[in-house]
Amino acid sequence: MKYIDEYRDAAVAGSIAQAIRARVTRPWVLMEICGGQTHAIMRYGLDELLPPEIELVHGPGCPVCVAPLEIIDKALDIAARPEVIFVSYGDMLRVPGSRTDLFRVKAAGGDVRIAYSPMDALKLARANPTRQVVFFAIGFETTAPANAMALWQARQEGLRNFSMLAAHVLVPPAMRAILGSPECRVQGLIAPGHVCAVMGWREYEDLARQFRLPVVIGGFEPVDLLEAIRMLVAQLEEGRAEVENQYVRSVTRDGNQAAQRIMERVFEVTDQKWRGIGRIPASGCRIRAELAEFDAERIFGTGGITAEEPRECISALVLQGLKKPADCAAFGARCTPESPLGAPMVSSEGVCAAYYAYRRRAPEASA
Amino acid sequence: MCLAVPGKVLESTNIGLNRVAKVQFGGVTRTVYLDLLPEAEVGDYVLVHVGFAISKIDEVEAQRTYALLEELGNVLDDAPVPPESGA
Repeated sequence: MKYIDEYRDAAVAGSIAQAIRARVTRPWVLMEICGGQTHAIMRYGLDELLPPEIELVHGPGCPVCVAPLEIIDKALDIAARPEVIFVSYGDMLRVPGSRTDLFRVKAAGGDVRIAYSPMDALKLARANPTRQVVFFAIGFETTAPANAMALWQARQEGLRNFSMLAAHVLVPPAMRAILGSPECRVQGLIAPGHVCAVMGWREYEDLARQFRLPVVIGGFEPVDLLEAIRMLVAQLEEGRAEVENQYVRSVTRDGNQAAQRIMERVFEVTDQKWRGIGRIPASGCRIRAELAEFDAERIFGTGGITAEEPRECISALVLQGLKKPADCAAFGARCTPESPLGAPMVSSEGVCAAYYAYRRRAPEASA
Repeated sequence: MCLAVPGKVLESTNIGLNRVAKVQFGGVTRTVYLDLLPEAEVGDYVLVHVGFAISKIDEVEAQRTYALLEELGNVLDDAPVPPESGA
């Protein structure tokens, strides 16, 4: 496919890896934020093409993984109600809540359905006027505008049986929390290309300035990621800390303004709890009060549900780049994709799932 | 979650409140909403995420930057390979 195949060209990838080897003079720790990028790195073995000086640590960019346990418990509470059709992206179904998961709720008779788009949930609401259709709206800035558009359209159509359980998260405030931690070892960031396709990169200029840290907006194919790493290494070796855009074919500095407008019309910024990291100020989006009739938390009164994170899972440290999956005693033994202890083992973008799929035979320990 | 796939807009039409397109991904064609990317036109390549086009792919920029990458390969091919280099 155009814009995919050429970015998987082994000869071009090899040339970039060679250019990185020629340029690097000392150790550097780089973080890719997005879980999609983590999976591409593992799937194509890009880390193994790099010189030993370059260490990649993996960031919190998997929305399924950072969704706090209590939002899962709220989803389970709503999904079990007989009047509800609960609609979710497929990744969420096996994420363990405090006592059960959405698959088990479905097996016990709950009407839980998987959707590819929030617009599928709207179609279900139109087709089932006597049922309450609740869409589990999670995601980063890439996904929030699509979810916002679906909610706005429900309002325009006067749909009375459609609502959202929303848990959207924003990348820059989480990165500020991670980079500000005294334990943080990250010296350069690969910024998430599709988040930036929506939001642009102005917020990343603030991050680069505040932490004197080079940032390169990267795409998702092997050639994109290696080129982003090459650009970061060049900045680090030259002592620069700027925002550069590797993903020029899809990302502009101002991003997609129509998408930003609908997001702002439907959602407002709020403090958000991240699994593993805790509450981060102004790092999430909630449905605006004037759209409360579409807010499942208000409709179903789930605001009081709280939950403690499981103790054995070290996803807190993994999602901040402080540990790697193989450092966890449960990894691959008591925690597998079939029977996960934590969300990073469940999601198709989770870092533990990536190590389980691609690196189980040669687990790598962190320094 | 942030997976977005490039595809080519084959045709577009208005259905109710939405502008929808037929978008081709390799051998597969799917219906995609253009409401977040009103400037998309037939013939454009767009990035599609959860059923919505979120960004137009800039063909000129794509060609220019890819040519630079290929050039990097040519330059490196001509350069002496350091002895410790494996690949």
